[in-house]
Amino acid sequence: MGSYILRRLALVPLLVWGAVTVLFVVFFVMPGDPVQQLVGERAVPETVRANIEARYGLDRPVWVQYGRYWRQLATGDLGESYQNRREVSSIVADTGAASLRLATWAVLIEVVVGITTGVVSAVRRYSFVDALTTVSTTMLVAVPVFVLGYLFQYAFGVFTFQNDLPEWLRFPVQGIGPDSWTLFFLPTNGQWRYLVLPAFALASVSTALVARMMRSTMLEVLRADYMRTAMAKGLSERQVVLRHGLRNAMIPVVTLIGLDLGILIGSAVLTETVFNWPGMGTAIFAAILTQDAPVVLGLVLVLVVAYIFINLLVDLSYGLFDPRIRYGDEGAR
Amino acid sequence: MTEPGELLLSVRDLRTEFRTDAGVVKAVDGVSYDVYENEVVGIVGESGSGKSVTAMSIMGLVPDPPGRITSGQAVWKGRDLIGLDDKALRGVRGGEIAVVFQDPMSSLNPVHTVGRQIAEMVRLHRRASRKQAAERAVEMMDLVGIPQARRRARSYPHEFSGGMRQRVMIAMALSCEPDLLIADEPTTALDVTIQAQVLELLQEVKERTSSAILLITHDLGVVAGMADQVLVMYAGKAVERGSAPEVFHRSQHPYTLGLLSSLPRVDEDAGTRLRPIQGTPPSLIHLPPGCSFHPRCPFARTPAPCVTDEPPLEEAVTPGHAAACHFAEEVSAADVLAPSPSSSADTP
Repeated sequence: MGSYILRRLALVPLLVWGAVTVLFVVFFVMPGDPVQQLVGERAVPETVRANIEARYGLDRPVWVQYGRYWRQLATGDLGESYQNRREVSSIVADTGAASLRLATWAVLIEVVVGITTGVVSAVRRYSFVDALTTVSTTMLVAVPVFVLGYLFQYAFGVFTFQNDLPEWLRFPVQGIGPDSWTLFFLPTNGQWRYLVLPAFALASVSTALVARMMRSTMLEVLRADYMRTAMAKGLSERQVVLRHGLRNAMIPVVTLIGLDLGILIGSAVLTETVFNWPGMGTAIFAAILTQDAPVVLGLVLVLVVAYIFINLLVDLSYGLFDPRIRYGDEGAR
Repeated sequence: MTEPGELLLSVRDLRTEFRTDAGVVKAVDGVSYDVYENEVVGIVGESGSGKSVTAMSIMGLVPDPPGRITSGQAVWKGRDLIGLDDKALRGVRGGEIAVVFQDPMSSLNPVHTVGRQIAEMVRLHRRASRKQAAERAVEMMDLVGIPQARRRARSYPHEFSGGMRQRVMIAMALSCEPDLLIADEPTTALDVTIQAQVLELLQEVKERTSSAILLITHDLGVVAGMADQVLVMYAGKAVERGSAPEVFHRSQHPYTLGLLSSLPRVDEDAGTRLRPIQGTPPSLIHLPPGCSFHPRCPFARTPAPCVTDEPPLEEAVTPGHAAACHFAEEVSAADVLAPSPSSSADTP
């Protein structure tokens, strides 16, 4: 397994190179003027422009800037923001934690709610619960996350207040609130009220996909011969489904969850923007609007690397679910 | 052949249906049989004759829907298993009646070690600690002839060959010393040489553990070699029932006779054509009127009685040997090879 991990890690530089190059190209193809963005809605005096461009090297050709960025990156420096001269690494540190907390909760919801509904739906096939699941998951998959975000905000942040509905149905719809956590990700001091809506909005599509996938793989597994063997042993239906069915049915679902983490990162940008959650998504969005290239590059780079590592972990976790899977060198035995 | 002991299982007039879009399939249609202690009862028939469903019904393992047991009794040690509540039935499954399924490739859970799968059953039915159960699993694997049992208990099913997996299945089934072992086509998915080994193992195990065996197979050779009593099934009904020598040497039903004649024989010249039973098994949704076998039967007389009356399963010729045929006597007088069905294929 060691050499498998090493080979996967060898891909990291290649992917980072690809991401940086693509982003550079996009930035220089994109119309607009970062200096104007910095100065605001005023005419920029030539000397000021020349000064700013010289400081950030914007007066040099693209390939020179490209080379400079790499040299800088090699020393572990992500550069600084055009807008406020903050170190990009400190922006990552500030916003990364908020994003990670939101994403963790979204994944937890995706896994727990998605798998549970899928299993119940499969075991009680054609029941009311199953029909409800099928209809609601189909709808959720079809609704883009930003639309759902606004719907949540309207339902729990506007409607419930206007109609004097009970307190527990009312939720704040903007910002992170007290930003108070224990053990890094457990909300405290009413923090959870700020977390609920964005977390569910972010988890929605993925949860629906996981539920549907879980239902279909579980239905397949329920017909398997080994499930009949388990019944014949004298196990209860619950034991048969949980001990013998779940792990087998999980294998394709783990793949889905792994692939989905990439989509989740994309959705996070939208969700954070809608709910004004001070995470990397919001920061990337703001930086794109101001054409703050170092910030966008730095944040996206962190996401790319995070995504690669998450996927590696997902791939390695297959072995936990399915003993038939061996990694690289072990397969030759 | 051991002396039979007490009556263990008494199945009476069992009927199991499957409701499908095409109609109601009467998979088992009024089957009765008994299993005594130490006895091997063979149920023979073609695919789709209802032999497996007969056994799965008494275990409550027929999936509902679409399956449903519509009537009948399966009295196990004085208790009717049909309609028994789930909890009580779970105690019987595995603990008192254990099953070895047809395909050992797919009947073991691929994600658990075989040792764990055997131990799980032991822990379920015996008050055993995790360690004792694991120990029992190794002991059982050793008993069924798996070399290096202790090490192999930690292996996964995909690391075993087909024959070894079937040994694991047998080890699992026998781990709680059941009184009855249902072997549902235990050799069908295996190579011929492995089949012989598995049969030998079953035979050996039977002698050692004194459990009764209900052997379900379409392989007449397997039944002839092992069974004390034989039940021949056709289209969901028992058509002949009796001791193995009686049924094989003095068959009273044309279907049994047909099955026996269709086998290749070692005492014949190579190149002799096989004599198959004409036609195909009937649809279980639309059974032929009267005797279900009449369209394929060389003895049939149409229309009466074969198309008009369904023959009951009765001991008309010899006591202890029942056949569901209007002409049981005539059939029993015929030589196994004489009425080659192909010679009278024009009979409707």
